[in-house]
Amino acid sequence: MTATYPLRIDNVTITLNQALLLQVDDTIAPGEVLTVMGPSGSGKSTLLAYIAGFLAPAFSARGGVWLGERNLLTLPAEARGIGLLFQDPLLFPHLSVGGNLRFGLPRHTPHKSQQVAQALAQVGLADFEHRDPATLSGGQKARVALMRLLLSKPQAVLLDEPFSKLDTALRQEMRTLVFSQLRDAGLPTLLVTHDHADARAAGGTVIELG
Amino acid sequence: MLLRLAPWVLTGVLVLPLGAGLAMVMLPAFGYLPALGGETFHLGAWRALWERPGLSRSVLLSFSTGLTTTFISLVCVVLFLAAVRGSWLDRALHRMVSPLLAIPHAAVAFGLAFLIAPSGLLVRWASPGLTGWERPPDLLIVQDPWGLSLMAGLILKEVPFLLLMSLAVLPQLAPEQRVNMARSLGYHPTIGWLKSVFPVLYPLIRLPIYAVIAYATSVVDMAIILGPTLPPTLSVSILQWFNDPNLDRRFMASAGALLQLGVTLAALATWWLGEQIVKRLGQHWLVNGSRRRGAFAVAFSGRFLLGLTTLTALAAMVGLAIFSLAGFWRFPDALPVTMTFNHWQRVLPSATTPLVNTLVVGVTATLIAAVLVIACLENEARHQLTPKRAMWLLYLPLLVPQVAFLFGLVVAAESLGIRPQRSLVVAGHLLFVVPYLYLSLSEAYRRLDPRWAQLAHSLGASRWHTFWRIRLPLLLAPLLTACAVSLAVSIGQYLPTLLLGGGRVATITTEAVAMASGGNRRLIGVLALLQALLPFIGFALALLLPRLIWAKRAAMRGAA
Repeated sequence: MTATYPLRIDNVTITLNQALLLQVDDTIAPGEVLTVMGPSGSGKSTLLAYIAGFLAPAFSARGGVWLGERNLLTLPAEARGIGLLFQDPLLFPHLSVGGNLRFGLPRHTPHKSQQVAQALAQVGLADFEHRDPATLSGGQKARVALMRLLLSKPQAVLLDEPFSKLDTALRQEMRTLVFSQLRDAGLPTLLVTHDHADARAAGGTVIELG
Repeated sequence: MLLRLAPWVLTGVLVLPLGAGLAMVMLPAFGYLPALGGETFHLGAWRALWERPGLSRSVLLSFSTGLTTTFISLVCVVLFLAAVRGSWLDRALHRMVSPLLAIPHAAVAFGLAFLIAPSGLLVRWASPGLTGWERPPDLLIVQDPWGLSLMAGLILKEVPFLLLMSLAVLPQLAPEQRVNMARSLGYHPTIGWLKSVFPVLYPLIRLPIYAVIAYATSVVDMAIILGPTLPPTLSVSILQWFNDPNLDRRFMASAGALLQLGVTLAALATWWLGEQIVKRLGQHWLVNGSRRRGAFAVAFSGRFLLGLTTLTALAAMVGLAIFSLAGFWRFPDALPVTMTFNHWQRVLPSATTPLVNTLVVGVTATLIAAVLVIACLENEARHQLTPKRAMWLLYLPLLVPQVAFLFGLVVAAESLGIRPQRSLVVAGHLLFVVPYLYLSLSEAYRRLDPRWAQLAHSLGASRWHTFWRIRLPLLLAPLLTACAVSLAVSIGQYLPTLLLGGGRVATITTEAVAMASGGNRRLIGVLALLQALLPFIGFALALLLPRLIWAKRAAMRGAA
């Protein structure tokens, strides 16, 4: 496993038309989860966009984002090493399940096929490599999306309400899987959600907005 | 970065030739064209123009044709949209629209001519039973002096265009919701649509309507085939003067081109005035509380008018096919006695060069346009830019009459030492292909979920890697459709091909129109049918390729 560093959110403020949306100042240690809670429109997804490098021009933001000693804000999105998990699994519809995982793997990874097969077996989807993502169930898609994220070897992970579209039974199972995998990989994780159960399952610090 | 230049290049490709063309029409119109010995500014060309017999009639013809056909076409489309409730008939008519739009103007014009001519299909089918005619009646139906057949031909092409433009913007207005709200207040759905959807739809299709007016006031190929001859429409007269062996006529042609610009502007201004009046009068009607009056008439005439135009266009194509295969055919017989492939065999060998030219020009122009448009949209997507107001510039080549600036463009190119040739034809086609390609692709590009690219970046993929591996494959289907539209537009171009090719770059379209005066219907039938079939190959490929490529990807099929 690559060495991981804490993710430091250094006094970040986000404003829209001069109105202050949110202010966060915190450090997330490797393997820890910071949960930001708030109603929709409170700007919590905007915080993720700022950290990941996709802030829409309408917003303005200030403050630093550091991974260990690296200043992330000077890097383009693809070089920040920040993994994302959205509400929807967003498996690329034109690639197979295996193709989606390979898209996540860094270019010069040795034993690619083996890694893909291993990742699928790890979440109970062995032999799914050549399947069309459209034929998977919601829970299966979510698991593939998680493994795609992990294979890309991120240095930190941002979760944007990743469980809100799953049905209740599946939700609990996915929470356990996602948080245990992220903890095992030792990744600092920022979770935004409006569901208190998510925050409890994450088990870290909680910031309430709005 | 190179991509940032894309919008400027795109605008330049459209605006520079237009500006150069207009400038080089304006100078000779006032006597200045050193290449032909015009060294001083004077009004001689205008005096010569004014003294042309029949000029006022030509002008009036162009003006009235443009406004009348646009009005009738818009009424057809609006009444139909108000009437549709999703029955099988409505859906069938919907599906007919895009194929009809793909048929080039010249092919529709020939098909209509074969249908309504004194010895055409309609008279044959009605004779001698209904009419008692044993010989073709001596009537001037095609090329009638009032331009009625020209107007009919234009309407056949404008209705599908306006309908498709409306269907493209309608979903964003949530029409069902508005109509349901009106119904719950006791309105008949048809009246509810006219009062709650049309007023917001109109501003969204205003530019396409203006483009139709500009096109209809200045059309050349259809006017050669269907329009009056003594005098012809202004645009056809200008073409004749420009091609006159007497080079002095070029000055008059330039003045005529400026006059054409004025006529089109006058037609646009008149329409705008009409808009204001309808808006004033309509205000009262919108809120007068009348809920059902006229509902039946609207519902009936909407379906009837659109059905009529669709059927006529279809019959016109069938007519082309019959004439292209006809062997011996006595007058009142409904169908030829014998069918033969002779005409096809005679035309095809000589049609090879025009076919190759048509495809080379169309494919080259489409590829260049696709690269430019995609670069522009990709730049927009990467920097999260909202579409600029300057995008109306895209419509400029569709709003300025072709006859008004293409002659000037030829002169401008010649003064730079560029002779008319195939590459110049490609450059000319770009002017008309780029707007359509942009209009048909931009919606799909902007609607694509931005999270796909964000996700790819977060997985470590660079911008270009994301473009090639994610965005382009996801947009393959709409991209191919946009290219098919662009190819169809290029195939149908007559005037740019004729002028910028110096008459030496023969395409199927120029060949077919050139035969209009010859009058061998069987050979014209073959060429016009070929011209109509070519765009379909493009559309068929655009439909088929994604299905083949994504045969194993359920979510990618039917996602156009």
